Amino acid sequence: MTGRDVAAGRLDAMTLAANFADAHPPLTAAQAVVEASRCYFCYDAPCLEACPTGIDIPGFIRKIATGNLKGAAVTILESNIFGGSCARVCPTEILCEQACVREAQEGKPVDIGGLQRHATDWLMDQDIQPFIRAPATGRRIAVVGAGPAGLACAHRLALHGHTVTVFEALPKPGGLNEYGIAAYKVPDDFAQREIDFILGIGGIVIEHGKALGRDITLDQLRRDYDAVFLGLGHAAVNALGMGAEALAGVTDAVAFIAVLRQSPDKAVLSIGRRVVVIGGGNTAIDAATQARRLGAEDVTLVYRRGPAEMSATPVEQDWAKTNGVRIRHWAEPRHLIGRDGSIAAVEFERTTLGADGKLAGTGQLFTLEADMVLSAIGQRLLPQPVPMLTLAGGRIAVDEERQTSLPGLYAGGDCIAGQDLTVSAVQDGKLAAEAIHRRLTVGA
Amino acid sequence: MADLRTTFAGIRSSNPFWLASAPPTDKEYNVVRAFQAGWGGVVWKTLGEDPPIVNVSSRYGATSYNGTRVSGFSNIELITDRPLAVNLAEIKAVKRAWPDRAVVVSLMVPCTEDSWKRILAEVEDTGCDGIELNFGCPHGMSERGMGSAVGQVPEYVEMVTRWCKQHSRMPVIVKLTPNITDILAPARAAKRGGADAVSLINTVMSIVSVDLDLMAPTPVVDGMGTHGGYCGPAVKPIALRMVGDIARDPELAGLPISGIGGISTWRDAAEFVALGAGTLQVCTAAMHHGFKIVDDMIDGLGNWMGQKGYPTIDAFRGLAVPRYVHWDDLNLNFKTIARIDQDLCIRCGLCHIACEDTSHQAIAAVRLDGHRRYEVIDPECVGCNLCQHVCPVDDCITMVPQPASAAPVTWKDHPANPLRRVAAE
Repeated sequence: MTGRDVAAGRLDAMTLAANFADAHPPLTAAQAVVEASRCYFCYDAPCLEACPTGIDIPGFIRKIATGNLKGAAVTILESNIFGGSCARVCPTEILCEQACVREAQEGKPVDIGGLQRHATDWLMDQDIQPFIRAPATGRRIAVVGAGPAGLACAHRLALHGHTVTVFEALPKPGGLNEYGIAAYKVPDDFAQREIDFILGIGGIVIEHGKALGRDITLDQLRRDYDAVFLGLGHAAVNALGMGAEALAGVTDAVAFIAVLRQSPDKAVLSIGRRVVVIGGGNTAIDAATQARRLGAEDVTLVYRRGPAEMSATPVEQDWAKTNGVRIRHWAEPRHLIGRDGSIAAVEFERTTLGADGKLAGTGQLFTLEADMVLSAIGQRLLPQPVPMLTLAGGRIAVDEERQTSLPGLYAGGDCIAGQDLTVSAVQDGKLAAEAIHRRLTVGA
Repeated sequence: MADLRTTFAGIRSSNPFWLASAPPTDKEYNVVRAFQAGWGGVVWKTLGEDPPIVNVSSRYGATSYNGTRVSGFSNIELITDRPLAVNLAEIKAVKRAWPDRAVVVSLMVPCTEDSWKRILAEVEDTGCDGIELNFGCPHGMSERGMGSAVGQVPEYVEMVTRWCKQHSRMPVIVKLTPNITDILAPARAAKRGGADAVSLINTVMSIVSVDLDLMAPTPVVDGMGTHGGYCGPAVKPIALRMVGDIARDPELAGLPISGIGGISTWRDAAEFVALGAGTLQVCTAAMHHGFKIVDDMIDGLGNWMGQKGYPTIDAFRGLAVPRYVHWDDLNLNFKTIARIDQDLCIRCGLCHIACEDTSHQAIAAVRLDGHRRYEVIDPECVGCNLCQHVCPVDDCITMVPQPASAAPVTWKDHPANPLRRVAAE
């Protein structure tokens, strides 16, 4: 047995380019009209209710059908300023499209995501700024985190005439849209183009390299600004343990995905011949699938429970399988087996549900050889910068308006409870912005 | 197996599906391809006097509906633009080669007896099965005193028909324009003139769309547009009504009808036959999809006839005519109420919003444990059946006849009618 088989450039440049190009190409104009015509324009439409941001889906689809693409895009963006990226990354199969009455009727919902992309892409291609800011209010709001929650909040506040400063620790804005999503879902620098569009409204300044608790403090922000919104996301990943940090080749999947996204040339990225991914969420799927697309020969995703318990949707699981990822359920890692300081294999124990309904080991072991292990066993909030805030389940506790335990301090996105989705983060930011606006204007 | 052979005004054809007088029947080449594909007959594109007319470019407009192309079709083309002698020679050759198919020749010449007399002799010499008088073309030719300019004046229809019967032995089919208030007037005139049959409808005068960039009706010819003749699936309801009116008219009893107007499928054809048509003429569907569509028309009609036990076209021809009555012959005491099959319902709410916004507020939108449910409010339902039409699910909404509350009564006898018939004491 030779040493660890990790190499860059396993695939030729053309194959790599194809593997990281748009995984789901856009609808053509003709396809969009035909697909839009499938929408029944339901009364009290179930899809609309299933959208966390409440986009008037039948309304925008009808506008596509009639050729009113600007109207369609504005209808989307009024409810969800990240409508373009949500069209690409939303798990529509568990949201609007699951609720579509066509799904009930014939098992084939209207392609709402595809239509949403058609309209928003059109608008961005025209370079139209459809929103006009209200007259300046003189109010200043601080937003921490330039991810979807923070920027959705900033945009809505700017729309109402407020001035917003966004503090972002990383060199680029976008949060998970820029760093945390598979490259083929948002190719062609879409995340940055969308943010340019969002910032085009004016009144928003992003200060990069500013981390809460390191460069700025909450006290400072609360003192200097009329209101504060926290869109902190998950700054920490759960540790795999088992001595992972001592072994070369064991990486957290979030970092793997971020590096991949930030590399314009995928040929320089090293990937193992045999890759084991541990976890059951979309991060695990994105890591495993992209490992395959980088040229890994054998990728196995191992999850400790069954397919129904995976937080990755069935569509995502199928996507991984289509890409040649093997998914093994009901197994937990027990030992990382190293050789000369590098990972060589992972020993798993088969699991089952015990009589008490809790996960239990069966004592049966198996080993998967691995040149690389990607750990995707969850992310969490780093609470150190916000010690004064009440937490619930490890996340910042908020009320319906997304206000934290401190008045004038709001939070949204992955740092609060709820579904960890871009679309939910956008809704949090939007609701918080409206609450802040009310707070600053009522009795003003 | 059903027998689809027809004899129409003495003209035999292997099946009732004829290509209407139009571009598909302008040349031997097209007609031979049509016969090879299985069409039972053709009405050759209208012949006129030499020199031939001149056509424009472009010639067609079409309506698309929700991505479906050519749901309606319009043309500004005129009659054949080829020399008369060329057409006559080709007609003669085709008829000789295809004796079991109907070859009818459409004609349009100026409204003088000499013009008709001259061309009739030449056409009869081809051995064709009959002639169809084009009294319908609503554009270009009508401005020259032909086409619908004749068809809109019953006296002219009768006069020309009479000339044709006097100066030839061929069966004469009079093609009627729908661009008239009462279709019975020209139909009765044709019969008085001795017509062997009528065919209808010709195209409906139309502007199919306006080009909003060029600000001109389509098709745009060097910046300008003109009205055209509308046909295709969109006009089928108009055609069915006019066919039915002629079929039920006692004065026209027994006059053969060749049905035309948006016939695209065997089912359309069966509906025309049920309202009295003996043959069917098709154009737009063939221009959209090619001649092969006749395959399913023949096959589908035959299968349906077999299933229904109709051995021939004549066996079901006109069966719906006695049930096509005037409004004041309908029973005002008949009542239906909508029923929603909750198992089939997909909760789109279209029945509710249609009734709520535009009709009788007879369908309630409720939530049961968060689930949408749409329920008919029986006392409010008038049985209009709008909900049934907007429901996207087949058989989800049915109209259930209610037990009769009183004996049948029509408007003629209804108490609310001040002019009602009073029963004899």
